[in-house]
Amino acid sequence: MRMLHKFHGGIHPPGNKIQSTQSGIARAPLPSRLIIPFRQHAGEQARSVVNAGDYVLKGQLIGTPDGFVSSAVHAPTSGVIAAIDMQPVAHPSGMSDLCATLIPDGKEEWFPHAAVDYRNMDPGELRQYLRMSGVVGLGGAVFPCDLKLRPLRNHPNKNICTLILNGAECEPYITCDDMLMRERAAEIVQGAEMLRIILEAGQVLIGIEDNKPQAIAALQQAVTESGLPFEVVSIPTIYPSGSAKQLIRILTGLEVPSGKLPPDIGVQCFNVATTYSIYRALAHGEPLLSRIVTITGNVRQAQNFEVLLGTPIDDLIALGGALPDTNHYVLGGPMMGMELASTAVPLTKAGNCIIAASEKLFPPAPQILPCIRCTRCAQVCPVNLQPMDLYWFSQSRDFGKAQEFSLFDCIECGACSYVCPSHIPLVQYFQFAKSEIRSREQDNKAANHARERHEFREYRIEREKQEKAEKLAAKEQAIRQQSQAAAAPQPEIQAAIDHAREQSTAAAPKNTDNLTPQQQAEITEIEARRENLRELAKSAVEHTKE
Amino acid sequence: MLSALLVMAVIAIVLGAVLGYSAIKFRVEGNPLVDKIDAILPQTQCGQCGYPGCRPYAAAIADGEADINLCPPGGEEGIQKLADLLGVEFKPFGGDTVIKPKAVAFIDETTCIGCTLCLQACPVDAIAGAAKQMHTIVAVECTGCELCVAPCPVDCISMVPVEEKITTWKRKYPIYALTTEK
Repeated sequence: MRMLHKFHGGIHPPGNKIQSTQSGIARAPLPSRLIIPFRQHAGEQARSVVNAGDYVLKGQLIGTPDGFVSSAVHAPTSGVIAAIDMQPVAHPSGMSDLCATLIPDGKEEWFPHAAVDYRNMDPGELRQYLRMSGVVGLGGAVFPCDLKLRPLRNHPNKNICTLILNGAECEPYITCDDMLMRERAAEIVQGAEMLRIILEAGQVLIGIEDNKPQAIAALQQAVTESGLPFEVVSIPTIYPSGSAKQLIRILTGLEVPSGKLPPDIGVQCFNVATTYSIYRALAHGEPLLSRIVTITGNVRQAQNFEVLLGTPIDDLIALGGALPDTNHYVLGGPMMGMELASTAVPLTKAGNCIIAASEKLFPPAPQILPCIRCTRCAQVCPVNLQPMDLYWFSQSRDFGKAQEFSLFDCIECGACSYVCPSHIPLVQYFQFAKSEIRSREQDNKAANHARERHEFREYRIEREKQEKAEKLAAKEQAIRQQSQAAAAPQPEIQAAIDHAREQSTAAAPKNTDNLTPQQQAEITEIEARRENLRELAKSAVEHTKE
Repeated sequence: MLSALLVMAVIAIVLGAVLGYSAIKFRVEGNPLVDKIDAILPQTQCGQCGYPGCRPYAAAIADGEADINLCPPGGEEGIQKLADLLGVEFKPFGGDTVIKPKAVAFIDETTCIGCTLCLQACPVDAIAGAAKQMHTIVAVECTGCELCVAPCPVDCISMVPVEEKITTWKRKYPIYALTTEK
């Protein structure tokens, strides 16, 4: 018998699981219209690879992964793509997202597919195959599986590397994993073996809450029949034991440090439904096209259905037969689920449960009173946080302080809100604070980016100016040199000019040299006459002036 | 008496040398306060504060030349942060300040004549184009500063408010009535 550990806190809300486990999983009828969102997983939206009017086969790729964290989307049945446009989706904002609308032709004609030789396949190729199969975590986080399948080698002791199958399903009302384990235990065990091989894990633990004895028995039997050394562990029923980090703590006693992920301590955790879809993808080559959904609450007949992804939730409600006093619908469980603003939205990979709520089942929340700091929330917090402090910082928008108090370790399980004697919706405040902090980080990133671009622009302008100035200076220099060269003739020419001048002075003696005395006398006479004339002219000019 | 004076003198010289050395060794280039202020400003580089960009405005605040309430894109929250950093009182925006929702510029490509005037005005190089070629805004890089709107000779640039998408949606502050009557 394995020694089990305890995590801090936890609560025991009424299970309400019996209603929907009275009959087995039924196949939901083919709806008249499927709306398939391209974002059904955590991360980037898939990119559409089909056009309106295209005929697609069941299992044909319609959206290809786009980005590191992304996954593929497939046609859940054969038919014609009627439109690719924005359609309302199940999101707390009530906004629309890109969806493909598929009109089924009712033939359920499959796209060619075949089993995969996963034992002899390159791990990288195998991950790529699962990415293209659209397999994501079906426990609620819808994180692409391929990213969780890197071998757990970084743990020093390889034998401690542990694969955990999460069959805890701790949230009230939800029974889709319970029914899947009861009815398809052998496939889950096969899927676990595939995961073990890919992860190179040493041991495999299957954790199931002890309020599901039939599921435990079924898996126990499947493990025995398969002869694999897996261990089915019955764990005490306590909410939220189905949260990955809490389940790891229960089964191994290890704690995933704040800000780290399970592989950092040599553990990886997969939901049983995810394991089942990995089995379908590898053993049959089938991409993720459907999932099990619990229809429960204020309905005539609560039951689990195998539903094609993209089925309108209205159709599912009709299957369960909601009673007339139903006042709203919840997607997911009562603790972590969200109230649907509209039921005209499609089911996605994340949709595990639909609860029809009435005033009788879920009485309206009592009057909210001020926090009295009774610390009951801190006593039940499974992550050991101080929700009353986080509440204080969140409601006063002191986000820095909230982050200091590890707001981002909060798993939003709702245990604190459940026990709060003042009925404060604590989780809503935490969600608000987280969303606000994330958006601020985004803004900050954008501002830094803009600053960088602005600074680069200024640098560029400065550089261009400098380059221009340098070019101009070089040009001026060249012109100056040229004009100088033009002004100062070349030495040969100068020498020639000088020579000619010298020669001319040397060669042509003045005709006033070497005169005879007679000639000299003549010249003197002429000069005297000229002088006389000049005197006369001068006096005449002076006379006219006067 | 003399020895005491000597000791004091030696200590003074040693300490002076240490201070002198560290002044050279640990010299800080520029004003670190400007960086801190600049980190708070939204980097739209819009010039609505009257300075040619966020950094000059930060420098002016650091020098005590400019008020802290001149940055409409930073909002009241920005003023609050600046007040906290500088240890001064919060100061609301002046009466004529208009705070607009975040928007990005959009060029009507049928009207654009390819004059490149907006390219020269854009502080973050978010406009692609060349002379006599059609220009277009790189929307993800646009800070919404509106500096390209005025220079356009054919008025083909308009500011389009950024619509909230499912990926940028923010949760609203939970509001509950606190009345005690039943």
